[in-house]
Amino acid sequence: MVGNGMAGARFVSEVRARDRRCAITVFGAEPRQPYNRVLLSNVLAGTATPEQVRLVDPAWYGEHDVEAYLGVGAVAVDRESRTVKADDGSVTPYDVLVLATGSEAVVPPIPGAARGVAFRTLGDCERILAAAASARRAVVIGGGLLGVEAARGLAGRGLPVTLLHLAGHLMERQLDAEAGLVLGQTLAGLGVETKTGVTVTAISESGVATDSGFAPADLVVLACGVRPVVGLAADAGLRIGRGIVVDDEMRTDDPAIFAIGECAQHEGRVYGLVAPCWEQAGVLADIVTGADPHARYRGSRLVTRLKAARVELAAMGETQLTEDDAEIVRFSHRHTGTYRKLVIRDGRLVGAILLGETAAVGTLTQLYDRGGPLPRDRTGLLFPGLAGAAPVADSPVRMPDAAKICQCNNVTKGQIRAAWEAGARTAADVTAATRATTGCGTCRDAVEGIVGWLCEQEGVSA
Amino acid sequence: MKRPESTIGAMPTSLCPTPPVMAEAEFGTATHCPYCALQCGMHVTSQGVAPRDDIPANSGGALCQKGWTAAELLTLPERLTTPLLHGKPASWDDALDFVAGRITRLRDRHGPDAVAVFGGGGLTNEKAYLLGKFARVALRTSQIDYNGRFCMSSAAVAANRAFGMDRGLPFPITDIAAADTVLIAGGNVAETMPPFVRHLSGARHLIVADPRLTATARLAGLHLQVTPGTDLALALGLLHLAIAEGHADLDYIAARTTGFEAVRTSVAEWWPERAERVTGVPVAQMRQAVRLLAAAGRAVILTGRGAEQHAKGADTVTAFINLALALGLPGREGSGYGCITGQGNGQGGREHGQKADQLPGYRKIDDPVARAHVAAVWGIDPDDLPGPGRSAYELMDALGTDGGPKALLVFGSNPVVSAPRSGHVRDRLAALDLLVVSDIVRSETAAMAAVVLPTTQWAEESGTMTNLEGRVLLRRQAVAPPSGVRSDLTILRGLAERLGVALSDHPRTVFDELRRASAGGVADYAGITYERIAAETGVFWPCPAEDHPGTPRPFLDRFATPDGLARFTPVEHRPPAEDIDDDYPIYLTTGRVLAHYQSGAQTRRIAALTQASPEMFVELHPDLAERLEITAGDRVRVRSRRGTAEAVAKINSAIRADTVFLPFHWEGANRLTNPALDPLSRMPEFKVCAVRLERTGRAG
Repeated sequence: MVGNGMAGARFVSEVRARDRRCAITVFGAEPRQPYNRVLLSNVLAGTATPEQVRLVDPAWYGEHDVEAYLGVGAVAVDRESRTVKADDGSVTPYDVLVLATGSEAVVPPIPGAARGVAFRTLGDCERILAAAASARRAVVIGGGLLGVEAARGLAGRGLPVTLLHLAGHLMERQLDAEAGLVLGQTLAGLGVETKTGVTVTAISESGVATDSGFAPADLVVLACGVRPVVGLAADAGLRIGRGIVVDDEMRTDDPAIFAIGECAQHEGRVYGLVAPCWEQAGVLADIVTGADPHARYRGSRLVTRLKAARVELAAMGETQLTEDDAEIVRFSHRHTGTYRKLVIRDGRLVGAILLGETAAVGTLTQLYDRGGPLPRDRTGLLFPGLAGAAPVADSPVRMPDAAKICQCNNVTKGQIRAAWEAGARTAADVTAATRATTGCGTCRDAVEGIVGWLCEQEGVSA
Repeated sequence: MKRPESTIGAMPTSLCPTPPVMAEAEFGTATHCPYCALQCGMHVTSQGVAPRDDIPANSGGALCQKGWTAAELLTLPERLTTPLLHGKPASWDDALDFVAGRITRLRDRHGPDAVAVFGGGGLTNEKAYLLGKFARVALRTSQIDYNGRFCMSSAAVAANRAFGMDRGLPFPITDIAAADTVLIAGGNVAETMPPFVRHLSGARHLIVADPRLTATARLAGLHLQVTPGTDLALALGLLHLAIAEGHADLDYIAARTTGFEAVRTSVAEWWPERAERVTGVPVAQMRQAVRLLAAAGRAVILTGRGAEQHAKGADTVTAFINLALALGLPGREGSGYGCITGQGNGQGGREHGQKADQLPGYRKIDDPVARAHVAAVWGIDPDDLPGPGRSAYELMDALGTDGGPKALLVFGSNPVVSAPRSGHVRDRLAALDLLVVSDIVRSETAAMAAVVLPTTQWAEESGTMTNLEGRVLLRRQAVAPPSGVRSDLTILRGLAERLGVALSDHPRTVFDELRRASAGGVADYAGITYERIAAETGVFWPCPAEDHPGTPRPFLDRFATPDGLARFTPVEHRPPAEDIDDDYPIYLTTGRVLAHYQSGAQTRRIAALTQASPEMFVELHPDLAERLEITAGDRVRVRSRRGTAEAVAKINSAIRADTVFLPFHWEGANRLTNPALDPLSRMPEFKVCAVRLERTGRAG
């Protein structure tokens, strides 16, 4: 196992859950225990500490007979002799080699780029936090998912932040232009100034120069995307596209070598989110342990969920489609930072953007994930409170006689009226006659209301 | 206090009351409701029933419709009053001789495990205890289990591994009323035990996790409408958030628990956005739930069958207990974790030996010390005690097979209705050489039996019940049983006698023996007497001596583990045993309605209750109904891989659009349910399986 990030660590634990005995050797270039990269934004924002992102306890390897070399990188694969050479000089034989070398941050080729701090690893995170402690102004370069999370996290620490983005709107891979605009406005309210359509030309000690001006900063964070780490695989002569090319079994063109995670390219796609990487790890564990030799990876549906305090954003699937290609349901209310868009094709949800808090997010994510059929009335999807809400007749006048008032004792308004007509003039009398209110007791107000109303009708004081 | 006059259930003169065990109170005999684990106190008079005011569970004169109409059980026209042998009336001697003869023959041919026993969580402590003793001593069989396996087993496993003790609520129910925040995961007390709701009225914040907007969820300020089968992921997400937001009570964790580190690591991969995708519960709602729990001075986390009846039920409860421990709740006065026990004696019934792996006092049957203690009380050699037997569904599944039991004796249960994959269970019962059922009416299971033994019920007998709080209560005899029926204790004595073993059938004598057998065990009843229960309106176990006050809150100083510390255990989410797919695209979940109790053998025979809830319905969302062209009142066939059920469509938006609900009080719902078992508790997966629906008839 080469690589001990989220995909690699997951694969190892998935294998051990299926097979206690096979010998496993792990090489991890980072000297730390595997950690949850997804939560680095929370560490940056101060909503999680580095200990809380640990994925594997140090003792786990020993307890599970896994030989782990942390801080030891693999430097060469000899496919002939089926061995891996590591940077500590060791040579380890393998029957099955799994590459999960992940990806690395892209550093833009501009003067002074080295002054920026990439945002990729826990180490990066710690460097940023150390710098942030004394910084007065920060610039984040790159308005993708990670850049937005980093900007929000730093702003949450009280630092004024400028977010510079090359494309015309934020998170252009996940959002349409309107959503990007609304997101920018939401961020503005949280202390992040956003500039889109900006090309960065240089980073200096005092800030970032762009084609449209200068953004002063003493902390510059680079969130300019990632690229798969494929050097080891390329040197070994494996087929490489953008990533290491694999089939539905996650197998490379060498039958003994597999690749999973952000370094792998499946059906032309390289995934940068954790869910697909974990799906791949599960499939591969099924295959290499023989638990399910027929397991296949068929690609993943992508759901992006921004982790940033007070910015609720979910984006999934094909969000960029327009009315020309699909059925679109859209609601926009910039003033409150709300934007909701559904993209529907053949009666199924194929994409959605949900910006601003909504209870619909859980249901819509599952409808997208499962390709479930949608109700004919689409408004309920955007506004779940409205769907099927029965009109509530809380006034005793409008309530029909058949309305059940006391569920616990199955007492209707009609029975209460009958008791009243038979002489019960107080709630206690009605209770004695009908047993209403004697169960859970939550209908007491309703019974009193009905008795009061009946008494009023008669001109009798209750 | 002035109590409402009861106007129903007049007793025929032939059932004139005999002197009760204890002095009759002013309003009749003080006893308890025959139904759920709340065990509401009630007076039974010749006029019917009225609530007692001295029992905290239903103080304030509360009863639900089931309780108010309970006296009608005493005058059921369908009441069995004579033994039935192959469907024909027979004398007791003929019936018992037949049963004992067949048992002896089967045992001689196939060994003692050829005869099996199935008990119930509604049986008194005395009956549950004597049934376990009868099986082990008179039948010498290991094959005994009970329907509580289908109820409480997951919570039991989780509580035992965390606290070293499984007492449903390890605090008085009145503590709940004083809590600031209460979280109920998979419980619908507003329907299952309505007077319980009065104890929730004091909570400022109620949070309910349920796939349906149940009557209980409607009372909640926050409803987490979780996808069926994902409660475990919800609990992991909540714990992740609690830790991430700094709500873990590190001082408490250090002082009172072990194992936190491993759990903290294990929930690192359950960040809320991931939990949201699995559960369908929005992150914002999870965050709110955690904040309400953390901000509360007193907080209580409760689980019900909705979270527990899964093939991962034990781990789900463990995940909720981990959450409670991280927040520092258990063992702190006014706070804690508890499970909401279901059946009338669901607590006591799981303590005294009718469970396959258990001996009285909540002892383990494979523990040599426990075996020696109980064998000494029973006057037998420990080596003659059988070992652990099959769990409930495994027992059902083995009936009439090679190597499986050839005879089954059923007490206080109706598995044809209540067991999972019940069509198969029906087949297995039909394959038996001998099925014996003791019941008050000809239940669906009794209808299959070669021998039916008519037995006494609640107000016709005395004994003790242990309610959901772990409070031992006295069920007093209020009326004489119809002539011709015998108590289960007498039936067991008669059978044992014919098998050459002497047993007492006197409740108090049996209870005194139970006290000795439980002495020193986890559920220690040694100090509890009928007199004390009467004088103190119930005694909390453990109560090791007569001068011991009983233990309302057992975890205040230490947990019942060897080192006194509560255990965190890391658990992992997994999908339902049967997830939805193209063939069966809808989740089925099952549960109870207010008007009925368990298999409905009692409540379906009471006019007011069948009027309130006359037939099986299937609840579905308007969106699903529209897609399937089903309108309210249509006849609908619900089909799973295991069977079909017919039901009337009930359409409302209180349920998720991907899920339908069937009440399990009629034969049908459980033909569909999945018998996939929890590896630890052997609980079947009642609460989620995959189905499809088709309309078979139009409304009207």
